[in-house]
Amino acid sequence: MNASIRPNSSVANIKAIAKRELSSYFTSPVAYVFLVIFLLLAGFFTFTVGNFFERGEASLSAFFAWHPWIYLVLVPAVGMRVWSEERRSGTMELLLTMPVNAWEAIVAKFLASWAFLAIALALTFPIVITANVLGAPDNGMIFAGYLGSLFLSGAYLAITCMTSALTRNQVVAFILSVVLCLFLILAGFNPVTDMMTRWANPALVEIVAAFSVITHFDGFQKGVIDIRDLFFFLSVIGFALFATSVIIRNHRAG
Amino acid sequence: MILIQNLTKAFGPKKAVDDLSFAVERGEVLGFLGPNGAGKSTTMRMITGFLPPTAGRISIGGHDVVEDALAAKRLVGYLPENAASYPDMSVEGFLGFTAELRGLYGEAKKKAVHRVVDLCFLESVLHQQIDTLSKGYRHRTCLAQSLIHDPEVLIMDEPTDGLDPNQKHEVRNLIREMGKTKAVIFSTHILEEVDAACTRAIIIDRGRIVANGTPEELRNMSELAGAVTIAAQNADAAKLSALPEAARVEAVNGSLRVYPKDKNAPVALARSVMDLAAREGWRVDALHTEEGQLDEVFRRITLPDTVKK
Repeated sequence: MNASIRPNSSVANIKAIAKRELSSYFTSPVAYVFLVIFLLLAGFFTFTVGNFFERGEASLSAFFAWHPWIYLVLVPAVGMRVWSEERRSGTMELLLTMPVNAWEAIVAKFLASWAFLAIALALTFPIVITANVLGAPDNGMIFAGYLGSLFLSGAYLAITCMTSALTRNQVVAFILSVVLCLFLILAGFNPVTDMMTRWANPALVEIVAAFSVITHFDGFQKGVIDIRDLFFFLSVIGFALFATSVIIRNHRAG
Repeated sequence: MILIQNLTKAFGPKKAVDDLSFAVERGEVLGFLGPNGAGKSTTMRMITGFLPPTAGRISIGGHDVVEDALAAKRLVGYLPENAASYPDMSVEGFLGFTAELRGLYGEAKKKAVHRVVDLCFLESVLHQQIDTLSKGYRHRTCLAQSLIHDPEVLIMDEPTDGLDPNQKHEVRNLIREMGKTKAVIFSTHILEEVDAACTRAIIIDRGRIVANGTPEELRNMSELAGAVTIAAQNADAAKLSALPEAARVEAVNGSLRVYPKDKNAPVALARSVMDLAAREGWRVDALHTEEGQLDEVFRRITLPDTVKK
């Protein structure tokens, strides 16, 4: 064996895979199309549907309130190919016969896609400037909103990674993850919880709502960074990535 | 270098690989033959650590593939079936990526990429995106990937599949060259490759080894091996079959083929056929001793039960 080779650390493996993954987003026009659509949708909902100007308040609540719904479609679109494409093209075999652990590949791919979503989110900065020019918003609250939005997209993305590992068909992965994420929204969506309280035990409704991203995203929108909300998003991410590793292991075990 | 003991892989109730045992040493090129679905790819996927075995053990350079997976994988270069690679990357980017996963950075990475680009003749497409390449180039890109860390063990699943005759020739030469210092396993169903590149061949059928030997030994399993074919005017089949060395005589395309009683003494048969022809005054147009044909051996031992009857 080549003398200059020294075994990689997990960090080096994750870095190499994440770098490849992230740059693969930008070699195709799809990434740019996605960025444009995301910014257009965010702008449309904030200014037209959310009445950003008419509200007359210097906050971004009209902006963040729509994120669970915008991400519902866009995050699965970003993440659907993560594993299904590797399965379809056979590169999964190549990747997993390299001297890397499966969990390193799973984490690396998740981080790369999350970084892409973070870039998309960061490109909404003009709205922060707008709010600051027009009034004096609470920038701490805005920061909390952005943080919450980032974790929200991470939770959706981890779920999409999981469904993506289930199938070699990207469309199936997309639909499955939209359904799962929709459930995570609806469990705590006011019209739904109101309806449920009519026939279900309020305690039960509350337990179901505790699984909703809406419940936990609310705090961030109000400018509160609650450790429990962070813990919720992190455990959704952790659980979904763990499930991904189980799915991949089972797929290999046949 | 590669040691495989009682390897079994079951998909549900079906056994794809059934109790396989063999070893490959450094300096050997093992040809892995078998009809489609015989379990060749499954075996290779287990050796490279992609599929976990249902039972049995694989060790590479003393490292167990399941328990000490990373150490085993580091020693192995793998060319998967249909040579998968990332279509959105350039050849250079792809090779750089695999070099990094193999622990090569900076100057070492550059050198390694350069070496395999030379070895696999990829210079002209270095900056091209992989999905714009022809199949031959794509194949060689993946081959280059498997050689990037100069591995001690090389596993190749149908390395010449889909290549044109010139490229096949190059790849076979490369395999033979690699086989001098490495332990190589490659699968194929092109039998001429066994002669062209292997030092030893294993034929598997429905997950079991049905033959294991040098190409020479396998050929000798052929019925044809050692038979003497004589094309001569007024040759007499009855007199030929009366020869003490002859088992039976068969007419083939206007000539007569004499099968030996003892396969290991083909020269004796040829001599007595020649003597007989001289004694009888036959005019001999051609006389030659048949070599065994691998495809005949292959067909005979891997034929499905339904056809055998």
